[in-house]
Amino acid sequence: MEKHDGRDAGQIRAGDLKDPWYDELASGWGELDGTGTPTAPAVPAQVAPPERSAADIYLEVQASAAFQEVRRRYRRFVIPAVAAFFTWYVAYVVTATAAPGLMARPVSGAVNVAMVAGLAQFATTFLLTWAYARHARLRRDRAALDLRWTVFEQKREQERKREREQGAEW
Amino acid sequence: MVTGDHQTLALVLFGVFVAVTLAITTYVSRNRQGSAEEFYAGGRLFSPMENGFAIAGDYMSAASFLGISGLIALYGYDGLLYSVGFLVAWLVVLFLVAELVRNCGRFTLADVVAARMRERPVRIAAGTSSVTVSVLYLVAQMVGAGSLVALLLGGTSEAAQAWTVIGVGALMVIYVSMGGMRATTWIQIVKAVLLMAGAIALTVLVLMRFHGDFDQLLRTAADRSGHGEQFLAPGLKYGGDWTARFDFISLGLALVLGTAGLPHILSRFYTVPTARAARRSVVWSIGLIGSFYLMTIVLGFGAAAIVGTDAVRGSNAAGNTAVPLLALDLGGGADSTGGTVLFAVVAAVAFATILAVVAGITLASSASVAHDLYASLRRKHAKQRSEVAVARVAAAGIGAVAIGLGLVARDLNVAFLVGLAFAVAASANLPALLYSLFWRRFTTRGAVWSVYGGLLPALVLVALSPVVSGSAGSLFPGVDFQYFPLENPGLVSIPLGFLAGWFGTVISPDRADAAKHAETEVRSLTGAGAA
Repeated sequence: MEKHDGRDAGQIRAGDLKDPWYDELASGWGELDGTGTPTAPAVPAQVAPPERSAADIYLEVQASAAFQEVRRRYRRFVIPAVAAFFTWYVAYVVTATAAPGLMARPVSGAVNVAMVAGLAQFATTFLLTWAYARHARLRRDRAALDLRWTVFEQKREQERKREREQGAEW
Repeated sequence: MVTGDHQTLALVLFGVFVAVTLAITTYVSRNRQGSAEEFYAGGRLFSPMENGFAIAGDYMSAASFLGISGLIALYGYDGLLYSVGFLVAWLVVLFLVAELVRNCGRFTLADVVAARMRERPVRIAAGTSSVTVSVLYLVAQMVGAGSLVALLLGGTSEAAQAWTVIGVGALMVIYVSMGGMRATTWIQIVKAVLLMAGAIALTVLVLMRFHGDFDQLLRTAADRSGHGEQFLAPGLKYGGDWTARFDFISLGLALVLGTAGLPHILSRFYTVPTARAARRSVVWSIGLIGSFYLMTIVLGFGAAAIVGTDAVRGSNAAGNTAVPLLALDLGGGADSTGGTVLFAVVAAVAFATILAVVAGITLASSASVAHDLYASLRRKHAKQRSEVAVARVAAAGIGAVAIGLGLVARDLNVAFLVGLAFAVAASANLPALLYSLFWRRFTTRGAVWSVYGGLLPALVLVALSPVVSGSAGSLFPGVDFQYFPLENPGLVSIPLGFLAGWFGTVISPDRADAAKHAETEVRSLTGAGAA
């Protein structure tokens, strides 16, 4: 579905004001595309001990398998990707300043190594943008949404319990 | 180069843009409740596409439209190095910052950093550095506005420049204090559409001139530049001694790491409802910004090939008029209707660009003043005033400061000021932001040290650099207290910011709060409890 992910950025025109997701947007987190991978069951809500604060909820969710999986997926994409593009960019800048002779070698016609490297920086930026958006959409979004609901429901449960207890005291 | 016709038409178009933006400001603020949510974040209901255009509008300043194309027209490939840094920086934003900041914060950068820490000292530190970055960036834009508009309209007199700076300052205060984020966002969107349309039109005309043959365009540019083959390879501008080369590496580092620490960019992520929408707005903006910089390459080489490097340099030594001159030629020459119209359109687009960018920065810095500094520093029993009222006053105050500094710093180089703002953002804001999002043991002391440990070295190194003293082009050419050779402090101050944050954390007496770290981590990756 998401086809605009930078890959065809050259086609984006200023006047092209039709965003295919505009309508879906308002519902925000409701937007699931059936392609999400099945996720491990979120933290069971029933095991709540009697005295729990909001901090306990977050600590529990953080320790849960479902959250660890989301975090692992995020990091396993982002850390190598950051290392790769940062190294590639620094190498490009250092080569351009330290070895202009190498960069001036002709490739074809008036196009030289420098021009190819510069355009390749644009290309890899678009490519990584597309890959990240796709990875996040397919591998993280649904699991993250489930966890968001888990936290929300546990918090609501906690508030209800507190209200009930206060009601009993009266 | 400028005749009465150009000026009249350009002035009419300026007037139309000002009228339209003021109408937008009035319209969107017609039944505003004045809540903080509304003022700082525009109600958080913009769509990813709208926000993507607005981000692109916030980011692509007149410095990119006129400055980078001008640099390419003068120095060939070395101008292109700039645009690569400006674009690649967005991967840092997309991967590490956009979604997490949207999930953890409410209005400002300090929200994210202070969430895990003792709030007051961290908020004051992050607020101070945010305001510093914004004011530096703002002064750069004001200086650019003054010289640019004066240049385009032919009035190079000091009075014309001064009045332009004052007028731009007054308009931006009106936009921000009356319309808040909602008006600012729509102005950015209008500006981004105008800028893209203008760039596309000129690019198509340049390519048509060369029958779509990019190779031919490059050859002609190299021939007419007077540098031959060298024009297409790095080294014409930054290829001198090793100081110049290190200076460029320093600038490249600041560009690629600074974007993720710019307060006015971070505040844009709060205008969409979810982290997913924030991600998609960055994808939109990368598409827009990337294609825009690709077009500036064509425009820059096109100006060298069609107008000629010497003619560009003759009109403005910094190359800022390359694109207007190119437009004049593409439209059919100085005396033709087409040339007049195209020139006026380009001038109006440049003006719209400046107005929109300064509005975005003013809004972000007024949010830092009201939400971070005022909220932390006001006396406990002082009369409670609404934060939004403070932010409106702060916008006027920042406008006044920017006008004042813009008038004083009129002769400073715009590109240098922008590079400096990016260097401070990368040294002071980025380490604190990344540590607090990703490092479990990060403490309050680490946060405060990383902000000041990046901010102070950056500012001190600039004070000791050749920009301020010791050479003919310095701010104070008469005295010599130059001890640091580079113009851009990033190469030293960015590592120092990260180091200070690490050291402050390691020697902290108190340990990091595990529960708060759990909350930050869960919230940042899932969006639980997001505003």
